Amino acid sequence: MERFKETVVLGIETTAHTFGVGIFSDKRGLLANINDSYVPPEGGIHPREAAEHHASVAHKVIAKALSLAGVSIENITAIATSFGPGLGPCLRVGCSVARALSAYFEKPLVPVNHCVAHIEIARYLLEVKDPLVVYVSGGNTIIAAYSDGRYRVFGETLDIALGNCLDVFARELGLGLPGPPILEKYAEKGRKYIELPYVVKGQDISLSGLLTKGLELASQGVPLEDLCYSFVETAYDMIVEVTERALAHTRKKVVVLTGGVARSKWLQRKLKEMCTSHSVQFKTVPKEYAGDNGGMIAYTGYLCFKHGITIPVEKSYIKPRWRLDEVDVPWFNKER
Amino acid sequence: MKSMCHGLIKNDEEILSWGAEAIIVKTTFMGEPAIKKIRVPKSYRCKELDISLRKRRTILEAKLMFYSIKNGVPTPVVYFIDLAKTTIVMEYIKGKLLKEIISEKNINQISNFLEKSGYYTGILHEVGIVHGDLTTSNIMVREHTKDVVFIDFGLGAFSKDYEDQSVDLHLFLRSLESTHYSIAYEAFKWFIKGYSRARGEVIAKKIQSKIREIRMRGRYVSERRKK
Repeated sequence: MERFKETVVLGIETTAHTFGVGIFSDKRGLLANINDSYVPPEGGIHPREAAEHHASVAHKVIAKALSLAGVSIENITAIATSFGPGLGPCLRVGCSVARALSAYFEKPLVPVNHCVAHIEIARYLLEVKDPLVVYVSGGNTIIAAYSDGRYRVFGETLDIALGNCLDVFARELGLGLPGPPILEKYAEKGRKYIELPYVVKGQDISLSGLLTKGLELASQGVPLEDLCYSFVETAYDMIVEVTERALAHTRKKVVVLTGGVARSKWLQRKLKEMCTSHSVQFKTVPKEYAGDNGGMIAYTGYLCFKHGITIPVEKSYIKPRWRLDEVDVPWFNKER
Repeated sequence: MKSMCHGLIKNDEEILSWGAEAIIVKTTFMGEPAIKKIRVPKSYRCKELDISLRKRRTILEAKLMFYSIKNGVPTPVVYFIDLAKTTIVMEYIKGKLLKEIISEKNINQISNFLEKSGYYTGILHEVGIVHGDLTTSNIMVREHTKDVVFIDFGLGAFSKDYEDQSVDLHLFLRSLESTHYSIAYEAFKWFIKGYSRARGEVIAKKIQSKIREIRMRGRYVSERRKK
């Protein structure tokens, strides 16, 4: 009888501005993916304010996800949540919710690494076995691929993340958020390329110099369209160059783009062109699952749970600096 | 792919590797076997940026190789530069990559190559050159003399900045960690030994603490919590 039983995992995403809940069933796939993002009235994300937002919407998001999936909390097999990396106050809210659910309903608690979840959901939805992953978002910029039990980092940002860089630039110019689509809209009308700091150090990149110089030129009255054009071109070209380097090094046959900035058509076009020149396949994660979402935590939580990765509530400390390459992924070579 | 480098490669030339930045072609130069490094145009890149990056990197790379040899650090000898085709023609090195040698042999057999790599890196830094992409795939061991040769200065620079020098060492350690993790730290110890021989203990210590600083600047590093 046991083998006919359905495993249903409820996943909570809570690392930054999004509080999301996803529900995954091994028999029926992704049943729900409900996300509620905190939008600051001005400036960037204040961790405390984002955490307050999460605490105020948590119960609604969970109830909505359960009703959409048509399952009751009693029928959930395990509770998964993102333990890191991310903003401490935000992580604490999601973890508290998960601990409460886990303790009260006596369900196992599953710790999920946020970066691993971004990669797993992309592999699952795009049906890709062994990709080179380009994970670009507001908090992370990582080029990674599987090798010997873990996702190894073959390139990353040495300072700020790509999404962060583009968002701050757009915000400081008074163009609004999110940065990439707005900057690209202006960039399309740009004609003249202005030289900006292009910093590739081995397989890593640095974006803070680009941001500083960009803002400096903006204050000197350089035409906005030209500046945006040069800014996004420079930033994306750096990403594509380190991806190309990692590709030459790892010899993977597929490149997968994931994370919030994966929605950028401009970046997709550049990466696709590079991949084509190396006869490598290129795929982008569907929009709905590009940014932070509960669905990816639910699915990855299921993989962890299936491989016996759970944590007792009393030991469930959050890990704000939990690196991608510290996590074992024993399910990698196995059929789901 | 061959169509992309139309007119750049002759029929009797053999493509050895198709790297991220350039293609490496085996050719002959005045009867001697030689290597041609061609920086091919990147269609995905902004055109102005692409041309400027390729030209700048070609000139710089040739200069860096010349000054390295002049200061006693072996690199392939530059024979000829064709700037219009962003191409460098250089000496063909017969030998193996350090990366291959590390995977084939045990740590005792390779310690002297690692020490020498560290020593040469130290010399480069002393004279104001940073390699910029110092990994085990960019160091070769000559078949006959067993001497260590540095290749691919494509991301190198003239700099005496401790920060840039530390990035070199950080990258070397990273390449050990990502491809030879079982012996990475012991291998790096040998490397540091050679590096200290070239630069003296004081500077070597200073650079090492800078490496820790750089590693901690990386995102989500657990060591950073202890600070």
